[in-house]
Amino acid sequence: MPPPQVPGPGGMVPVPPGPGSFRSPLSDGEWHRMHPFTPLLRGGLVLVVIAGLIISNLRERIADLFISSTVPGAGVFEAPQSGDPIDFVLRHNLVLVALLIVAGGLIVLIGLFYLSWRFHTFRITGDDVEVRQGVLFRSQRRAPLDRVQGVNLTRPLVARLVGMAKLDVLGAGSDSNVKLEYLSTKTAEAVRADILRLASGRKLAEAVAAGRMPGVRPGRVAQATAVVTDAMTGMVLGAEYPVEPASVVEIPMLRLLLSHVLSQATVWLIVLVGLIAWGASQTTPILLVSVIPAVIGFGTYWVRTLAKKFRYSIAPTPDGVRITYGLFTTITEILPPGRVHAVEVSQPPLWRPAGWWAVRVNRLAGKASSSRESDQAADALPVGDRADAERVMRLLLPGLGDDAWALVFDRGVLRRPGSGPDAFTTTPGRAWILRPLSWRRNGFALTDDVLIMRRGLIWRSLVMVPLARLQSFGIEQGPVDRALGVAEIHAHTIAGRVSGRLGAIDRDAVVALFRAAAAGAVRAGAGDRSHRWADGLSDAE
Amino acid sequence: MTDPASEPPRPPDARAPVPGRDAALDAHTYDRVLEPGSPKRLPLGDGTWHQVSRNYVWVRLIALGLTIAVVTVVFVVGTTLLANAWPWIIGGILLLAYAWAAAITPRQARAYAYQLRADDLVFRRGILWQRQVAVPYGRMQLVDITHGPLDRAFGIAQLKLVTAAASTGVTIPGLRQAAAEQLRDTLVEVAESRRTGL
Repeated sequence: MPPPQVPGPGGMVPVPPGPGSFRSPLSDGEWHRMHPFTPLLRGGLVLVVIAGLIISNLRERIADLFISSTVPGAGVFEAPQSGDPIDFVLRHNLVLVALLIVAGGLIVLIGLFYLSWRFHTFRITGDDVEVRQGVLFRSQRRAPLDRVQGVNLTRPLVARLVGMAKLDVLGAGSDSNVKLEYLSTKTAEAVRADILRLASGRKLAEAVAAGRMPGVRPGRVAQATAVVTDAMTGMVLGAEYPVEPASVVEIPMLRLLLSHVLSQATVWLIVLVGLIAWGASQTTPILLVSVIPAVIGFGTYWVRTLAKKFRYSIAPTPDGVRITYGLFTTITEILPPGRVHAVEVSQPPLWRPAGWWAVRVNRLAGKASSSRESDQAADALPVGDRADAERVMRLLLPGLGDDAWALVFDRGVLRRPGSGPDAFTTTPGRAWILRPLSWRRNGFALTDDVLIMRRGLIWRSLVMVPLARLQSFGIEQGPVDRALGVAEIHAHTIAGRVSGRLGAIDRDAVVALFRAAAAGAVRAGAGDRSHRWADGLSDAE
Repeated sequence: MTDPASEPPRPPDARAPVPGRDAALDAHTYDRVLEPGSPKRLPLGDGTWHQVSRNYVWVRLIALGLTIAVVTVVFVVGTTLLANAWPWIIGGILLLAYAWAAAITPRQARAYAYQLRADDLVFRRGILWQRQVAVPYGRMQLVDITHGPLDRAFGIAQLKLVTAAASTGVTIPGLRQAAAEQLRDTLVEVAESRRTGL
């Protein structure tokens, strides 16, 4: 762990622990450095390429050296080529010069790394998170804490092997992330907990009382030893560290694989291949060749999405719901309460016999919604049975009454037609032509806290929009709708994969809903304190 | 801006009559919201609707007229250079679409309306395709006023409400500049007292 230091008059001096220190000494409002390995990991690829080039060039020579020293009679297999730089150096007695050049290059490289490390600092004050970096071109980024939407902890494969992680502090706008890369996993965990605690508005003194008081700082040698020890521990434990909180959902490997095979993407591939095969049988077999790129493209997509579903876990923490996923690059995302803008539970037709469901959310990701990474993270539950889905949804939308939850499964997506009165206002019979299959299911229900929309007969899905997160509410009516006396409702949430549209609803019901939802959104928004969710908590305790 | 019933804990009510404000919002605007004829339309409901400036129609018509002129020139030149009549198929379709847009502009302009309620703004537009949106004041991230050169010549501006949801899409065109500024000040004031999280 890099020791907290500030530039002082006589070089670097350790920060004296103040009376109001936080739980982690890294969030005391002073500037701190990243982990010393950072430049290695950020510039890692270049170094690997250079090392690879050198090794591949020297391979024969090393083999030669090895053989000639162990097998005395073997001798030199072939005459050295004239173009080899090492022979050139040896023949002209330039060994010293060559060594000096190499050493100089290394020193410059290390110097550059050192400089970039020295100038790459972050600090966490009571109001914001700030990162400064760059030597010639300085850049500075700041995220106000009360607009922090969440903190992601990403561990790419290489970084994970050496126990490093990077933090992504998600802001509210697009491309408003502040990145802290890299920190040792343990430090990253502590920093993230601090950021989330500060964002939650909890008093800092409380954190100190709960955590350990920072004592007297160890000397510089001891600090250096600690850094090395930590790095070694990280290297050994690597992938296993940190210990995840117990997940509330376990996805068996077989279910994960099977659900992926039976996913919608597979259905589309089969349809596509079938169409091409039919076309080929009708016209010319050459058409079959066009299957190949489609299959290759699909294969990479398929493997990539599958890899992201591995190592999935979801667990409640004091700072929010913690979702971890990814086989190679493991991403840990914390969704603080009140940051979930819409939740959808859905079931592709092939999953129905097994009774599996997937849960998706709309939440601010701080990056363009078209980005693949954020898209994947929208899966709060890649696959699970009904109990799993319900547990996950209850985690994501805490504070909803049991009457609302009854509307989700028993009286919602799982309701069979003709089993008593429907709690949902569905498409009127006169407009069945707009939803020929699903008109008995297509409908909405509004409670005090949440708007629930049910869609689809074959592709069953149900969307929940908490009124406290509803940005605005719209109703629309086109000429066909008007002739049939229906209209469309549109709950405007932040952009994401969950859509808030529901069409073909009786006009009078839509007008009544417009009035109720607009009033409900205002009421829920005014009474909502979940963006500073721990404000009242510390007073109550 | 003064609130006549000045009780400190109550947030300012956008509906509260402010001397001069409604006069500024309603100067030189239409006085009746145009609706579809069918009784199954989305109803207006109650409350006062404010409408857009009559000058908005002229700005739209001039802009469309310029576009039509440019398209015509492009296709006339194209036809002569190619010595071939086929570009006129595309050109004809385009010109027809623009002419249609120009023809319905006066009706469209009279269907734009907005209402300042106690806690939210309601916006509606469209006759054939009706749309009505309620935006709580507390959800507004910013209020944006733009005016192009043509808008300036006719003294109108366009006011856009931005929330965290891109789909909100509330843009009120053709407000007189005094009305746009008045509306912005009112909105900023009421939004300030109702600020919520995202």
